[in-house]
Amino acid sequence: MTLLLYRIDDRLIHGQVVVGWGQPLDITFIVLVSDEVAGSDWEQELYRMAVPPEMSIYFHSAADALAALPRYRSGTGRGILVTGDIATMRALVDGGGVDVVNVGGIHSGDGRVQRLRYVFLSPAEERALRDMAARGVKITAQDVPGSRPVSLDDLIAGIEP
Amino acid sequence: MTTSDVAAAALQRAGASAPRAIVAGHGEFAAGLISAVQAITGRGGALIPVAIRDLCVQDIETLLRERMVATGVRVIFTDLQAGSCTMAARRILHGMDDAVLVAGANLPTLLDFVFAEERTAPEAARHAAERGRNAITAHGAGA
Repeated sequence: MTLLLYRIDDRLIHGQVVVGWGQPLDITFIVLVSDEVAGSDWEQELYRMAVPPEMSIYFHSAADALAALPRYRSGTGRGILVTGDIATMRALVDGGGVDVVNVGGIHSGDGRVQRLRYVFLSPAEERALRDMAARGVKITAQDVPGSRPVSLDDLIAGIEP
Repeated sequence: MTTSDVAAAALQRAGASAPRAIVAGHGEFAAGLISAVQAITGRGGALIPVAIRDLCVQDIETLLRERMVATGVRVIFTDLQAGSCTMAARRILHGMDDAVLVAGANLPTLLDFVFAEERTAPEAARHAAERGRNAITAHGAGA
């Protein structure tokens, strides 16, 4: 298996992920990294129902995802890893091995300012993205494959493509 | 009752279609489908459109819940099994035994629903889901 996309998306599993990215990338599995979902059988069942039967879905907390990553990166399947927030993705980056991050959707919330149509960031989240970039991670915002990727500088400056 | 009386009564029923369901989905899915229902049947008023562009899952859930409470409807039609509206609706309907979610709704689904006035809305939704599923056909190229 291999992971083709590392995505931050507060909707986690939804149409853009399963269909928008999943079909053109010919995805066979999704890795959902979320402490909340990993700790709830009901939440896991909810997301399991959202993916087509031919697609597998795996759940991990942020703490145990790192140890599981090598397993998802070897073999023949093709996958997407999704986190619901920047902090979780940063934990994976800090743990090593994630060098390209897709910001797919972070919506309005406390202390957040709109940067793009589908991305709102708080000052702390902006710093976290910059910190990841300083570690050599390539960060772009792109909601669907058909839209143009937005560089981190343009994302923070709020420059829509 | 004359034929014209029957027709008048039917038209009155059609014109007075109270909201019975919410339609929610990506882009203009809801408004587009409801406009088609209105154009074909004049019963678009039975359906409440909800657009969720650029909302987070929590806001979608709040919006759908508010519409359900405000209108008293217990049926939600959504576009995509994996869509955010479907996920939010599943959360809302968790534990609501009298409510129905139909994911993957299409125009035949909604047409069947708005004409099923004799059924309760949840019953009509289940019937409409089956009708919508069976209404999809492929023609040509050896099909």
